[in-house]
Amino acid sequence: MQDAGQRLLLASCILPLAFLLLFYFYPLFSILTLSFAPEGHFSLAPLEKLFSTPYYVHVLWFTTWQATLSTLLTVGLALPGAYVFARYDFPGKSLVQALTTVPFVLPTIVVALAFTALLGPHGLINLALMGLLGLDRPPLNLQHTLAIILLAHIFYNYTLVLRIVGTYWANLDPRLEEAARMLGANRWRAFREVTLPLLTPAIGAAALLVFVFCFTSFGVILVLGGPRFATLEVEIYHQTIHYLNLPLAAALSVVQILFTFALMAAYTRLQARTTLPLELRPRQVTQRWPRYWREWLVVGANVVLMLVLLVTPLAALVERSLTLSTTGGVSLAFYRQLFYNPRGSAFYVPPVAAVRNSVGFALATMGLSVVLGLMAAAVLDSQNPARSPRGRGRWLRRLLDPIFMLPLGTSAVTLGLGFIVALDEPPLNLRTTPLLVVLAHTLVALPFVVRSVLPALRSIHPRLREAAALLGASPWRVWREVDLPIVARAVLVGAVFAFTISMGEFGATSLIARPERPTMPIAIYRFLGRPGTVNYGQALAMSTLLMLVCTLGFLAIERFRAGEVGEF
Amino acid sequence: MKPVTVFALIGLLALAACGPVPASPTEAPTATTPPETRTLRVMTHDSFDISEEVLAAFEAQHNATVEILQAGDAGVVLNQAILSRDNPLADVLYGVDNTLLSRALEADIFDPYTSPLLAEIPDHLELDPQHRALPVDYGDVCLNYDKAWFAEQDLTPPANLEDLVKPEYRGLTVVENPATSSPGLAFMLATIGHFGETGAYTWLDYWADLRDNGVLVTEGWEDAYWGQFTYGSGGEGDRPIVVSYASSPPVEVYFAEEPFEEAPTAAVVGDSSCFRQIEFVGILKGAQNRDLAEAWVDFMLGTTFQEDIPLHMFMFPANQNAALPEVFAKFAVIPEHPAEVSYDAIEANREAWVEAWTEVVLR
Repeated sequence: MQDAGQRLLLASCILPLAFLLLFYFYPLFSILTLSFAPEGHFSLAPLEKLFSTPYYVHVLWFTTWQATLSTLLTVGLALPGAYVFARYDFPGKSLVQALTTVPFVLPTIVVALAFTALLGPHGLINLALMGLLGLDRPPLNLQHTLAIILLAHIFYNYTLVLRIVGTYWANLDPRLEEAARMLGANRWRAFREVTLPLLTPAIGAAALLVFVFCFTSFGVILVLGGPRFATLEVEIYHQTIHYLNLPLAAALSVVQILFTFALMAAYTRLQARTTLPLELRPRQVTQRWPRYWREWLVVGANVVLMLVLLVTPLAALVERSLTLSTTGGVSLAFYRQLFYNPRGSAFYVPPVAAVRNSVGFALATMGLSVVLGLMAAAVLDSQNPARSPRGRGRWLRRLLDPIFMLPLGTSAVTLGLGFIVALDEPPLNLRTTPLLVVLAHTLVALPFVVRSVLPALRSIHPRLREAAALLGASPWRVWREVDLPIVARAVLVGAVFAFTISMGEFGATSLIARPERPTMPIAIYRFLGRPGTVNYGQALAMSTLLMLVCTLGFLAIERFRAGEVGEF
Repeated sequence: MKPVTVFALIGLLALAACGPVPASPTEAPTATTPPETRTLRVMTHDSFDISEEVLAAFEAQHNATVEILQAGDAGVVLNQAILSRDNPLADVLYGVDNTLLSRALEADIFDPYTSPLLAEIPDHLELDPQHRALPVDYGDVCLNYDKAWFAEQDLTPPANLEDLVKPEYRGLTVVENPATSSPGLAFMLATIGHFGETGAYTWLDYWADLRDNGVLVTEGWEDAYWGQFTYGSGGEGDRPIVVSYASSPPVEVYFAEEPFEEAPTAAVVGDSSCFRQIEFVGILKGAQNRDLAEAWVDFMLGTTFQEDIPLHMFMFPANQNAALPEVFAKFAVIPEHPAEVSYDAIEANREAWVEAWTEVVLR
């Protein structure tokens, strides 16, 4: 039986690794070789140049500290929200949860326009403040400041902490904290000494994803931060696209990858020490309606924060899409125009087709990354009795865990060019196929699935699996009937993120040459690419449609019940 | 069904749905053509656009399917073409402009083709004497201003580049970063052509003054036009002067909800205050169907496609026999003397110029 378990584990090891090898390491290696050794002589001179130029050292420093600051702020703001979502049930909960994830799919330029509508010199907030305080100049000027970068990073990443930590927290046994309270600890001490340590794996996983996302931040820095700020990713983009300085771009890419890897490796070590097997409780037992006014207040305050921080910019876009029309009042004029192709353009995208393309890519990405992610998580789960107890296995795990995260910390520009250079021969001639879009999305989505599932998987008490095995269950059956029901919720969280990443067209895909199969974000960019009120209005209408489709998608995925295994 | 199986099924279904069977209307006409239909692959930037019927006519005439690959802006597309030159992604590349031309020619990605239609194109647009890159269209990057805003403030709109550094224009201008934006780069080149690199008042002195006069720099055209320009943003932006195209005012008229009597914005086209972008097409080395690729180049230079350009790509046709659509004829102004900067100088100095610009304006 031990053998069967090993074989199963080996199989689930091979597929995700083969995927990474073919679609990540091979393209990456190809482009780096080409960049560092254009004439066959390998030279590390660009790397040396990098570390001896004060400007690039400064860029690395800025990249790191803005990411650190963004992560701390996001986690700090979202943790109370995660608590509320873990412990309480209240009307409209799933809708609020779905709405908090919508920012994730919006193109940066659309978010910038929404922020201008709210915070710009003539935005709603400045106008209100001017009226209130009797000022004749706008008091708030956030344009092109660090503050707006941080705000945008919170806006985009709040949902990561909310969902990953919230889902994990929901299954923590509240009796542990109650016992601490009984023994005389006050609320804060019980949280700090009992709940917080137990939550560490989930908080760590979420914080890590937020950090890597902000570390490789690109659009937010360029558009909202303005030309005075630059991260490594921004520099890689400049060097590649504008100067075609591949050696320097590759050197920057390598630094970015090594940094992500080192961070991940440190995190993996920490994680191994903090994860404890737990008696997890189903959410029916841990969640209830708020009872006292104080509980309602806590729930209410957090929901209001989410609405103000995340939903008002979205609402501003919807409002503009309806009222911008000169026909006056609320009008669906721009939505109607989406259905017409007055110029007979060959590149006209009917809204239905854009939705179909986006959702098709998103579902394919979700399916592929959930299957591969579950396999990868099973391999990385240290508590799994099927693996060899000590030695090789542990060493391999420490190496594998950071490796699965690497695509997220890799420059999209570099990887996009890697695809062009590497995947050009049959049977891997994928350069211009829609399949490459799914593969590229999956590379980015995979770390989200792994990070969502792993904390839950690691917290499963080994006794449960031992009992099942003792009763004669095969390793496959143990996984199916013990592990899967417990992690099902976490899998759904991962699935939501995979869906989202694809809907938002993340990463290298924007740089893949593809035949006509435009998605909603691409349609939005097309409208925004030319002057004219009608184009602006249609971009807003298409953005609203994107938000609507995503909200419905999230609600549908969350409703997804894991068949006969029931709800945990 | 187990969740994993369900996810796997969803994945498979969706993969099948995105499979390699194209169903876009552009390719519909080929469904009925005989089996020996050939495919022509055209690589281009995201702004490429064409009428369905014009494309369908080419496909029907040459019994071909045209597959158009788009991947970001012209810079991205050119880099992809350079990196894949040993095993090209496409047969034809359209969209390299005069700011990128040197890079394309040095990388030697094009095969020469002397199209008979070059005879109909003015000489000043033909930059490559070997005909590796053939001019298709052009457009001028220049300042645009919001007419209503200037009328309301009772201020004279700017007439040339020099006006922008005057005190009464303080804090009114938004430009794009030349390091990230193609109109931004073009406008920087206009100032280089206009003020020159040497003399008492160089282009960098101008930018230093512009900086002191409160110029705002954005990453790209979208943020400048929709986010900061008073007209484009519908009143939320506070900059009535923006760097855009000479074709933007007619395009504003064309895409207005209600028909305009006159354009709501205007372009500043005074002496050498604009930079002319010329876009080229070329046959990539290693193209599979050379004759079909040549037919496509002729098609792009011919009047049918040329007359399709203004309302689809908002550029001006290179072919002098092509008639302009009414809205362009009525509202567009073509600068007579755009600023002069040679394409060789651009490639040689691009990085140094942008670096110097960054030093003066941003640091």
